[in-house]
Amino acid sequence: MSETTKMHAFQAVNAALHQAMAADPKVLVFGEDIADREGGGVTGATIGLSTKFGDARVKSTPISEQAIIGAAIGAALAGYKPVAEIMLMNFTTVAMDMIFNHAAKLRFMSGGQSTVPITIRTLTGAGWQTAGQHADHLEGWFAHAAGIKVVAPSTPAEYGGLLLSCIQDPDPCIIIESAGTLFIPGDVAVEQEPIPLGKARIVQEGTDVTIVSWSSMVIRSMQALAPLAEAGISAELVDLRTVSPWDRETVLKSVAKTGRLVVVHEAVRNFGPGAEIAATVNEELFGQLKAPVRRLGAPYSPVPFAKVLEDAYLVSVDSIVAAVTEVAGKG
Amino acid sequence: MAEQSNSPAPSPETLVDIYRRMIRIERNDDTIRKAMRQGKLVMPYYSARGQEVIPSAISTQLSNEDTICTIYRGIHDMVAKDMPLRPLWAEIAGRVDGTCKGKGGPMHLTHPETGVMVTTGIVGSSMPIANGLAWAAQLDGSKRVSIAYFGDGASNIGAFHESLNLASLWKLPVIFVCQNNGFAEHTRYENGTSVDFISKRAAGYGMPGYTVDGNDPWAMYAAAHQAISRARDGEGPTLLECKTFRFMGHVLGDDDKYMTKEEKAEAMAKDPLPAFRARLIAEGHATEDQLVKMQADIQAEVDDAMAFGLASAFPSVDELRRDVFAEEIPA
Repeated sequence: MSETTKMHAFQAVNAALHQAMAADPKVLVFGEDIADREGGGVTGATIGLSTKFGDARVKSTPISEQAIIGAAIGAALAGYKPVAEIMLMNFTTVAMDMIFNHAAKLRFMSGGQSTVPITIRTLTGAGWQTAGQHADHLEGWFAHAAGIKVVAPSTPAEYGGLLLSCIQDPDPCIIIESAGTLFIPGDVAVEQEPIPLGKARIVQEGTDVTIVSWSSMVIRSMQALAPLAEAGISAELVDLRTVSPWDRETVLKSVAKTGRLVVVHEAVRNFGPGAEIAATVNEELFGQLKAPVRRLGAPYSPVPFAKVLEDAYLVSVDSIVAAVTEVAGKG
Repeated sequence: MAEQSNSPAPSPETLVDIYRRMIRIERNDDTIRKAMRQGKLVMPYYSARGQEVIPSAISTQLSNEDTICTIYRGIHDMVAKDMPLRPLWAEIAGRVDGTCKGKGGPMHLTHPETGVMVTTGIVGSSMPIANGLAWAAQLDGSKRVSIAYFGDGASNIGAFHESLNLASLWKLPVIFVCQNNGFAEHTRYENGTSVDFISKRAAGYGMPGYTVDGNDPWAMYAAAHQAISRARDGEGPTLLECKTFRFMGHVLGDDDKYMTKEEKAEAMAKDPLPAFRARLIAEGHATEDQLVKMQADIQAEVDDAMAFGLASAFPSVDELRRDVFAEEIPA
């Protein structure tokens, strides 16, 4: 077993970025405020990189999200592996043309000649009272765009390992850093290994109900496991880790075993990624289901400011327990 | 707006080379339009007839290592950049031997071997990506330059402003070439653009900007020479506003209701091709016989390309699963 140390998510990201930049001179890191002159990023995720690797490869940028992603795409077309930080996920909306019309599609539209191995790191998530324009979980938008991989870690080790895979991946990846996951320390290898994209992790094995989740809602689903066990329900928790392309095999195998599924995500429930997973399970396993598939997500509402509203906006541990209990037929 | 000097002058060989590229663009365009009228080609077509001088004068000063990012009205830019015509025709016919295997079409032609890196159908989006290619050239320590072609309408979109600011800030070896044909789709220049000269906007980003007669090969050559030299010498970007006119309206079949017949006739009377041809002969740079033979050879090349393109097979429907990602999507 390799040597590990306790870290939180951004420490793991920082260590992984150091590791990737040291290993490959083609890796570039840039975004708003990310160089040490500007404090090493608002989250500290990029601290030390510009000092160590120089200000040619590690650059703070103006507040110009289209220009940031455009520069990433162009550098990638010329053989670089750019890691661009879009400070908050809502700010990707002003760069959507570059992400959706260009990064995601250039390989296909060029008949395979163009390759755009960019990584976009972006922070989001409700819980900090940042309200309607700083906290949306937009993974469903990106998952709907053929040609971009959507990654959503929940533990420090996965923040580092999945990021390393994104950087090495030949296609564009967006990796979502979510408020609800950031300050829970975990064991991270001193020398981190890439964690494969498109592969889920079974957090806990179980036999009665499958819970599929990712990012912040894995943390809340884990908190639901003890009360469920006390109620005599054996839940199998699957952390999808990559939202697109998602690990159908692991999910279908788990639901084939349990016959019951609850999908839990922070994104708005209507037209959310949970609908895709529920629909696939219905198509593939209809005859084996013992109960209708349930989806838990945010209400059809912008993220609110007032704490009482924000608390109600996020899926609670209690609502996960209640939904799983109901699906298990023990409600 | 700075005064633009008319030096250096192109050599006689360069003048003939500019003319050769212009005729190749014009014969190719004329043959495309004929094939469309005959129903041999079905596609949205944005003819650049009338704008031949701009990319021809620029491309005599570029190698295959130098890159261009162009737009939907960009086939002239690619032909000037020496893109081979056979795969070009196969692509616009949607065939498997096309540059993009028939998956991109006329608005997304891509040919990295000749430096045609991106063709975009989104107004303004050539610029952010051209910056990235320029950044890569700078990081490589090479003398490569990156050209961003776009129209006058694109100078009103955010991407233009973000891109010029970043390019100037980072002293990128990029040349912003605005082909100002007087109309943004159907909107007359002065009804959509707040300044009398787009080149004035360069001052707002701390870079030189010039307005050039885009139909004058001598003026275009000199302006391009100065901008390319600046870029290769590490002195940063330049904005060139090249005044021209599009003979065929916005999209082929457009009925030109937004301009008067007199206005159109006056602009078309300034057709750069016959005037340049006459001057080449009058000044002894080429003979009538030489130019007749040149045109016949080029027409033969275009006819061969058309025959090749139209004889090529259609792509297999399996192509829908390829080039979305590097790895093929499972059937």
